[in-house]
Amino acid sequence: MGVLARAPADRLTALMAALGGKPATDWLRRPEIGAVMTRGRAGGTGDAFTLGEMTVTRCALRLKDHVGIVGHAYVQGRDVAKAEAAALADAMLQCEAYAGSVRAAVVEPLRAEEAARRLRARRKAGATKVDFFTMVRAEG
Amino acid sequence: MYVATKGGEAAIDNTHALIAEERRGDPAVPELGVDQVRQQLGRAVDRVMTEGALYDPALAALAIKQAQGDLVEAIFLLRAFRTTLPRFGAAEPIDTGAMTIRRRISATFKDLPGGQVLGPTYDYTHRLLDFALAATGGAAAEAPEAAPTDASMPRVTDLLGAEGLLQPELPNPDQGEPFDLGREPMSFPANRDQRLQNLFRGDEGFLLALGYATQRGYGRNHPFAGEIRMGLVEVEFTPEELGFPIAIGEIEVTECQMINQFQGAKGLKPMFTRGYGLAFGQSERKTMGMALVDRALRAGELGEDRDHPPQDEEFVLSHSDNVEASGFVSHLKLPHYVDFQSELVMLRGMRADAERIHARQEAAE
Repeated sequence: MGVLARAPADRLTALMAALGGKPATDWLRRPEIGAVMTRGRAGGTGDAFTLGEMTVTRCALRLKDHVGIVGHAYVQGRDVAKAEAAALADAMLQCEAYAGSVRAAVVEPLRAEEAARRLRARRKAGATKVDFFTMVRAEG
Repeated sequence: MYVATKGGEAAIDNTHALIAEERRGDPAVPELGVDQVRQQLGRAVDRVMTEGALYDPALAALAIKQAQGDLVEAIFLLRAFRTTLPRFGAAEPIDTGAMTIRRRISATFKDLPGGQVLGPTYDYTHRLLDFALAATGGAAAEAPEAAPTDASMPRVTDLLGAEGLLQPELPNPDQGEPFDLGREPMSFPANRDQRLQNLFRGDEGFLLALGYATQRGYGRNHPFAGEIRMGLVEVEFTPEELGFPIAIGEIEVTECQMINQFQGAKGLKPMFTRGYGLAFGQSERKTMGMALVDRALRAGELGEDRDHPPQDEEFVLSHSDNVEASGFVSHLKLPHYVDFQSELVMLRGMRADAERIHARQEAAE
């Protein structure tokens, strides 16, 4: 779910669109844009306190031909197509018939792209890491 | 007191048309895209999201465009919009210790695990106008890459805390739901969760000025920038229908841990105390001001004298919000015709009385 939620909307929707043989679905909850309140902790580790809200889109759908399987999505932002793609992927991942292909064609590529994105950011940050030389202490 | 008046509808329609025209500017100049604001005016977007108390870079960028770059007006727009959103619930507190770090510095320890990572900062620029930016069309060169930073780094405060020299920050198991100004009115005395929420959305300029005042002696508390870190943190939320936490996205935040001297009082051993700052995006100045003011507001609980405005929670918390402040200042523009007329009559009366007395005194002499 985390990989789907953090993925860029256009990547998730494109990978899901490219996936063949998707099951028919019914809405349990149509996409709805709302907010989730974020929290922090005093000093990073102490009592929780309220920050601000973040926009989130949620929806839930059911697979018509697989009784009892419900796909949920709560994804950051206001992209309805992304929430829908995430809910469908979530449902398909719970279904033996589809889980393998969704994992291989959607989740794994997104996971790899995210890892590459993070590594690149860490490499750029790494280039700004300070190497100290011994210096004479300034007076005062 | 102000009064309702009628009339002026045509004038109001026309002022709307006028701001729309001025916002667009010369049609020969390409229109500013919301994506351009988001990508290229990111620090303004961060400030609007923090003080607007809504993390959504695209909406903040739209607000900035609509407000013609007036950030306090953009913050007002974002605050108004967020009231239209249904709230699905509250997320788990973010774990800044697990942050994917883009910047992390400490002014108290030179060598620390993970190192000092400058990241993107203006600290070492020369503050000279760069006229190359006045020419458009060029893409910036790719920033160099090197060995990656550690996937996560321990907080400096955790390192000091291990020796017992720093006041620990531990969650109170009886805390309950944290205070939320969106749902409850401000109340005094305020607990730290209420204070921190207020400071989080408080005006950067106000907090910077108050923090500066503490450094100049109005509530001095000897601060060191123990650690400033900036990067991405994951947000986890437990939907009612699922009953377990799921990752719903990630947000960029800046955190400042200020470490302050403390003599020891009220049965506390001498140890370093702490002030805390947190904000959405890359908002370092804001978090530093916030941390200084958070520490100043802890004077009471640490048994220190409260002699100065930054230590006075009613003063700080009641005046930190720029939406409230600009609302109350702006209301002076509403029609006060009746009030003013009565004051005018009174003033004329007082002057007439004074002249009569003066004339009588002169006649008597």
